Amino acid sequence: MNAENGSGKESASPLVIRDLTVAYHRKPVIWDIDYEAPAGRLIAIVGPNGAGKSTLLAACLDLVPRVSGEILVFGQPFRRQRGRVGYVPQRESVDWDFPVSALDVVAMGLYRRIGWCRPVTARYRKLALEALDRVGMAHLAHRQIRQLSGGQQQRVFLARALVQEADLYLMDEPFAGVDAATERAIVELLRNMRAAGKTVLAVHHDLQTVAEYFDDVVLLNMRLIAAGPVEQVFTIDNLRRTYGGKLALLDRVGHRMSMDVQLER
Amino acid sequence: MWESLDSWIAATGAVAASACALPGCFLLLRRQSLTGDAISHAALPGIVLAFLAAQMARQAGWLSDAGYEASRQLFLLAGAVVLGVGCAVGSEWVQRRGGVEPSAALGVVFITLFAVGLVLLRLIADQVDLDPDCVLYGTLENSVLDTVPLGSLVVPRALLRHLALFLLNLVLIGLFFKELRIASFDPGLANAMGIPAWLMHYLLMTMTAFTAVSVFESVGSILVIAMLIVPAATAYLLTDRLVVMLVLAALLAAASAWLGHAAALFVPRLVFPWLGYPQVTDASTSGMMAVVAGALLVAALLAGPRYGWVAQFLRRRRLATRIATEDLLAWLYRNAERGQALLPLESGRISQVTGMSRTRVRRAVGQLVRRRWIERTPDGLRLTAAGHTAAVNLVRAHRLWESFLAERLDVPAARLHESAERIEHYLDSQMLDELEAELQLPERDPHGSLIPRQARDE
Amino acid sequence: MSRSGSPATGFERNRLLGSAAICAVVGVLSWAAWIPLAEGAGPLQETGNSQSSGVGGSTSPFWGSHGLAFDYNTLVVWSGAVALGAGGGVVGVFLLLRKQALLGDVVSHAALPGVGLAFLVLELVRAGSGKWVPGLLLGAALAGFTGIAASTLLRRGTRLKDDAVLAVVLSVYFGLGIVLLTIVQRLPGGNQAGLPHFIYGKAAALRMSDVQVISAVVTLAVLVCLLLFKELRLLAFDERFAAAQGWPVVALDLVLKVLVVAIAVVGLQGVGLLLVVAVLIVPPAAARFWTERLDRMVAISAAFGALAGLAGVAISASWPRVATGATIALCDSVLFALSMALGVERGLLRRWWHLYAARRRQDEHHLLRACYELLAGERGGVAPQELCDGVVRVDGLVRWRGWSPQKLRRLLERGQRRGWIRPDPQGWRLTPAGAAEACRHVRNHRLWELYLVKHADVAIDLADRRADDIEHVLDPELVAMLEEELETGGGLPSSPHRVATEPTSATG
Repeated sequence: MNAENGSGKESASPLVIRDLTVAYHRKPVIWDIDYEAPAGRLIAIVGPNGAGKSTLLAACLDLVPRVSGEILVFGQPFRRQRGRVGYVPQRESVDWDFPVSALDVVAMGLYRRIGWCRPVTARYRKLALEALDRVGMAHLAHRQIRQLSGGQQQRVFLARALVQEADLYLMDEPFAGVDAATERAIVELLRNMRAAGKTVLAVHHDLQTVAEYFDDVVLLNMRLIAAGPVEQVFTIDNLRRTYGGKLALLDRVGHRMSMDVQLER
Repeated sequence: MWESLDSWIAATGAVAASACALPGCFLLLRRQSLTGDAISHAALPGIVLAFLAAQMARQAGWLSDAGYEASRQLFLLAGAVVLGVGCAVGSEWVQRRGGVEPSAALGVVFITLFAVGLVLLRLIADQVDLDPDCVLYGTLENSVLDTVPLGSLVVPRALLRHLALFLLNLVLIGLFFKELRIASFDPGLANAMGIPAWLMHYLLMTMTAFTAVSVFESVGSILVIAMLIVPAATAYLLTDRLVVMLVLAALLAAASAWLGHAAALFVPRLVFPWLGYPQVTDASTSGMMAVVAGALLVAALLAGPRYGWVAQFLRRRRLATRIATEDLLAWLYRNAERGQALLPLESGRISQVTGMSRTRVRRAVGQLVRRRWIERTPDGLRLTAAGHTAAVNLVRAHRLWESFLAERLDVPAARLHESAERIEHYLDSQMLDELEAELQLPERDPHGSLIPRQARDE
Repeated sequence: MSRSGSPATGFERNRLLGSAAICAVVGVLSWAAWIPLAEGAGPLQETGNSQSSGVGGSTSPFWGSHGLAFDYNTLVVWSGAVALGAGGGVVGVFLLLRKQALLGDVVSHAALPGVGLAFLVLELVRAGSGKWVPGLLLGAALAGFTGIAASTLLRRGTRLKDDAVLAVVLSVYFGLGIVLLTIVQRLPGGNQAGLPHFIYGKAAALRMSDVQVISAVVTLAVLVCLLLFKELRLLAFDERFAAAQGWPVVALDLVLKVLVVAIAVVGLQGVGLLLVVAVLIVPPAAARFWTERLDRMVAISAAFGALAGLAGVAISASWPRVATGATIALCDSVLFALSMALGVERGLLRRWWHLYAARRRQDEHHLLRACYELLAGERGGVAPQELCDGVVRVDGLVRWRGWSPQKLRRLLERGQRRGWIRPDPQGWRLTPAGAAEACRHVRNHRLWELYLVKHADVAIDLADRRADDIEHVLDPELVAMLEEELETGGGLPSSPHRVATEPTSATG
């Protein structure tokens, strides 16, 4: 409840998670996570469905309330470091029928920098166009987003994150439902980002490609199973612990906590 | 002030309201609450057109005057049902073909039909005796004057009509109960099981339109919209079972109609003379019925047994108290472990040491004493035997959980206590046994304290 | 789809132009409404029977056989209706895109008890002051807010779903409004207060002061929408991202709701609470059919709203008995129906045309492929020149595809018009252009077939039919990808299955 211990220590790590517990309707979905992300690495968050991967990202972005714990981005709370964090939400989270073009969506990444009430001027559109070019989508900048394929839509989202020129990127399933060409393009992009010293945390589903695409891996299943360099952590044993069913006990305790208000007599 | 006529008014309203509440339950569960609203709006042009058609038929000589009088209601009903269902169908069409968002499509279609109705109504105002106000407010007070003898009673015709409607709805729902339920809950599954979900959908739409239109004339469209959804919503807040929900909704609807009429008669008479307007003696009955339905909803919201806010607040407080007592109990036990069996009586000092607020400590101590888990001695508080048992189980939960966290979740030792403090209250004895088995009967927790074995109540 | 986007610089200019146009319209209208007053054109006649009659009714000599005359009353009513339509159109766009289209309906219904209560309070403070319109509108706005607050509370605090919450709030508030209205009408002066106007609107009897209020509110609302254009766009498109970026989404949402309440409340006077929702959602829904750009959608929606106001007032003025509010709503609906049919981006006609054009294109492709396969069978790598030498016989074509003679004739004529085939005494011959085209389509078809057989495990005999559906939509980029994938080296591959060719006269 009060997690005051150990704060205030300056840390250069892009993301430090201490003792994080997040609950939906009082039911904890991730328990007591402790993690420190190394800088300049591509990090995959891997785990079965319902393991709390997206929740972990949401908690890092202050989108969901925390039960306990603290999160430091480059040594400070997220609130003060918003500009240094880029976010790529899941593709299904928005209405692709919305009347905006790919360029408009990318420009949304610049709104913070543009500021209140100011229009998106030519200078910013040029920046957005450059970001689209980096993901190979410049020729489709003026298409309405519904007319893009799944992979292209994902690239638009990536461009929107790129244009923020952040140092830490949080991506929710950037490879979900994209074609092979887009997958290659995204990997290429991630490597360029790493070369530029950025840190990327991405929720990833495809176990086959984890070792190929990423440097580090975070194995998550309601609690942190293991984290570290792929070659050390991404072992059969650890995977079995991750995917070998949830800890039934965590689930049941969580259920009791969510129901307790109702069961209390 | 309450005359026999008022009873008839209230009864007619109550039966009409109950008839609406039945299909309303399914609308609510199918997330089509606004469709009821839309249908009752869209029925207006149907009514007007039916009036026109009937009139034209009479003028053309196809209908005798007597036949016109007899079939007028039927015309009305048919016209309104057609347009009401047409509204539902039309909005689905606009939604699918035009790619318009569902609620907007519904809005566009019903507002169009309603506007058509209003325009027509004004255009032919001198040919038909339809007053738009009457469509809104209804003429409940007048409709009970039209009576038929029934045995020794003289019963309003409207009451009988509404009763028939209520029974019809009841029978329909009874016949198709499980189909409606499954089609509302999971249309895909219904289709897979050979129950045509679309048929159930249109059955419900037709039932809604028919009901809305039948009671329209006497109670007005406000009451129809309110009674379709509000009692159903109230019932939904009170129960988890569909049958109970249907019964409750019908009863609540009837109650709000009855109370509504009473409120329309008495409330203005109580309030307005006091404000200096003695001429205000009553208010719109159907409006008041809707308001009372809303008031019942608020009451259910506050006082519902399971989802009510008061109940939830009380349960939350009880939970907080339980956690406080358990924390205190565990603290007493740990002190006893260290050989300090007696504790100060003063709540202020306990609160200082434990970090709990004074009132919490006082409430917790009271609770513990009442349960005979601790006793007050002249020198201080002391655990009783029963208290000791309870405390042992708690401390066991705490330390087992700490072991679990350390071993399975690799939580650093410094942070174990806090997490276990939170969780210990939620572990029942079965979970503890499993924990113990999984950790292979650990002797000591990660801090090195002894984990007590389970203590049985004597 | 192939419509190229305008250059990036044109984009912002469009938006600015659009906003300027809206502001200009609103500004001019409010100004126009002032002129007669400034010139002392005399007080207008207060038409008390406005509820049951259209503009002017029988009291105005300017209407009827003279057609539309620009008298003072008309100008006033027109300004009000146009301003309201434009404002509703602008605000409604964001409401629609946020998928809360019917919130406007709830707000307008919830405003009614506010009007009644405001009247009571005003009367209690000072007898006879109940008709003070700004006071009534203030009451309406406050009640509208409590309606929104109540629905938020119900949504958050109970397990009721969105639609049920809206229906409950709407009907209970409306019931309360009716109760208060019946009470007010029993008060001294209550009958003349014209509170029922708020239900049906009194567009036909709008007064100068009403129009000033409407124009002021609408101008303000439009200005806020334009200033916060990009913020509202972000809110409506991706609230989560907006929150992660640190935009105050709750505050922005509140701003939007304030705007809705403002429009709904001034709309009460114009078209009445039952029809406010028409002003708020029909023009935006109609505008959506015409464009895929938010800025243009806002401009079009505003224009539609204004147009409906204009036309509605004009129509109800020509027919004395037509209710103005309902006519405005109907004009909105007509615009919606026209848009749904004709809209250049998403209209039904365009979709049907696309479908029709696609089918025609498909038939042409099939004809060319039939010619190729009749001439060359399943062989790949055939040079176009070789194809030009052969003659395709009509009976072969009929057998190949099962076309009806009439359809085939039309198809052949079309091919000839396009310069792909020319008649020959024995049948038809491919022209060089036609041969090249045929090679292209056959290549697409076979590439896709190969891909299906190789990667999608489609049975060979099914591959032909599956490929039939896809080959027509393969763009060059995709074809290049396929070739890379299948390593066919850019040439025309052989068919993976036998092509059933009838004896053709491949003579030299």
